[in-house]
Amino acid sequence: MSDSLKYFRENRLPHIWCPGCGHGTVTGALVRAIAKLKLDKNKIVVVSGIGCSSRAPGYLDFDTLHTTHGRALAFATGIKLSRPELKVIVMTGDGDCTAIGGNHFIHAARRNIDITTILMNNNIYGMTSGQYSPMTPKGMLGTTAPYGNTERSFDLAKLSIAAGATYVARATAYHAVLLEELIEKALLNPGFSVVEALSQCPTYYGRKNKLGTPVDMMTWFKDHAVNIKAAAVMSPEKLEGKFLIGEMHNSPEPEFTAEYSALAEGVRRKFDSFQGGLRECAQNSD
Amino acid sequence: MSEQKKSFEHIVRERWCKGCNICVAFCPKQVLALRNGKVYAAHPELCIGCRLCEIRCPDFAIEIHEKGVQKPESQDASDVDHTIPPEAKHA
Repeated sequence: MSDSLKYFRENRLPHIWCPGCGHGTVTGALVRAIAKLKLDKNKIVVVSGIGCSSRAPGYLDFDTLHTTHGRALAFATGIKLSRPELKVIVMTGDGDCTAIGGNHFIHAARRNIDITTILMNNNIYGMTSGQYSPMTPKGMLGTTAPYGNTERSFDLAKLSIAAGATYVARATAYHAVLLEELIEKALLNPGFSVVEALSQCPTYYGRKNKLGTPVDMMTWFKDHAVNIKAAAVMSPEKLEGKFLIGEMHNSPEPEFTAEYSALAEGVRRKFDSFQGGLRECAQNSD
Repeated sequence: MSEQKKSFEHIVRERWCKGCNICVAFCPKQVLALRNGKVYAAHPELCIGCRLCEIRCPDFAIEIHEKGVQKPESQDASDVDHTIPPEAKHA
């Protein structure tokens, strides 16, 4: 920790998250991954939206941006396109990313822009006192679902793979060592990378659903998570009620900012060497 | 015994610790315990230095150092005077 402590704004700590909240563990894993890669802190921009998870950049000593609800990826796209040499990291929550920012999320994934998204999934809107989110599992309770949530939840890994993200992984606050490795790989992936970090919310999700202490919630992660490599040789009955962790998808594809600047360079060259005539676009000119 | 047993020291930033019990519960050797809502090393001699407490701590409050290994001198955050605003240093 001491070598990664320099990436924190120490005068802002201790943070405001509840005792036992997993968001601190996820933030710690990100910082350790950055420290391991020895990235320059002046070349990193951390962007967040609104919510418990989005408090994280306030404690990190990078260039940080705390934006409007769900629009972290929209702001991050702007930053990345104007300064492609920067490493852009988005820290977002389940409500922020999949509900109000769902459209920004799928289109950022579709473009394959080089942004690392860390989604802290605590299955609920914690900051605003426990409304159910698109990632609250069916049947679980929330302030706005007092008799149980009837909606089905997103499988974020499948959603992001379908939308076109080139690196997709999932881990939990319990599997913090794995989480650190996956974040490290996501940071190295040139393209849109998503790391879903399941995190416990003992205050709202835990109390509403009587899940016990933060330790009990982490033990639940331990008992119900199956690594995708182990799941490949397991029978479907054994996988009943479990969820997968590990690297879900990794297939590099052309990255958006590189493609865009190549296109812009090509167009500029064509116009700079314009000698008169039809400019090869006669069908479009009026 | 071919090599000498390693020993570790536990640095706890009490101001940051919220006593959530995560490090205590998941320590494989039951080294840690809570006292007045803050963690402390009850059996430091049992520590194997796996650093799982350090990695899982949501509050960055505990740190493991191997004894006898020269570590770069780092400022302990719990000793910093937080009443001085950070802007004052950039005068």
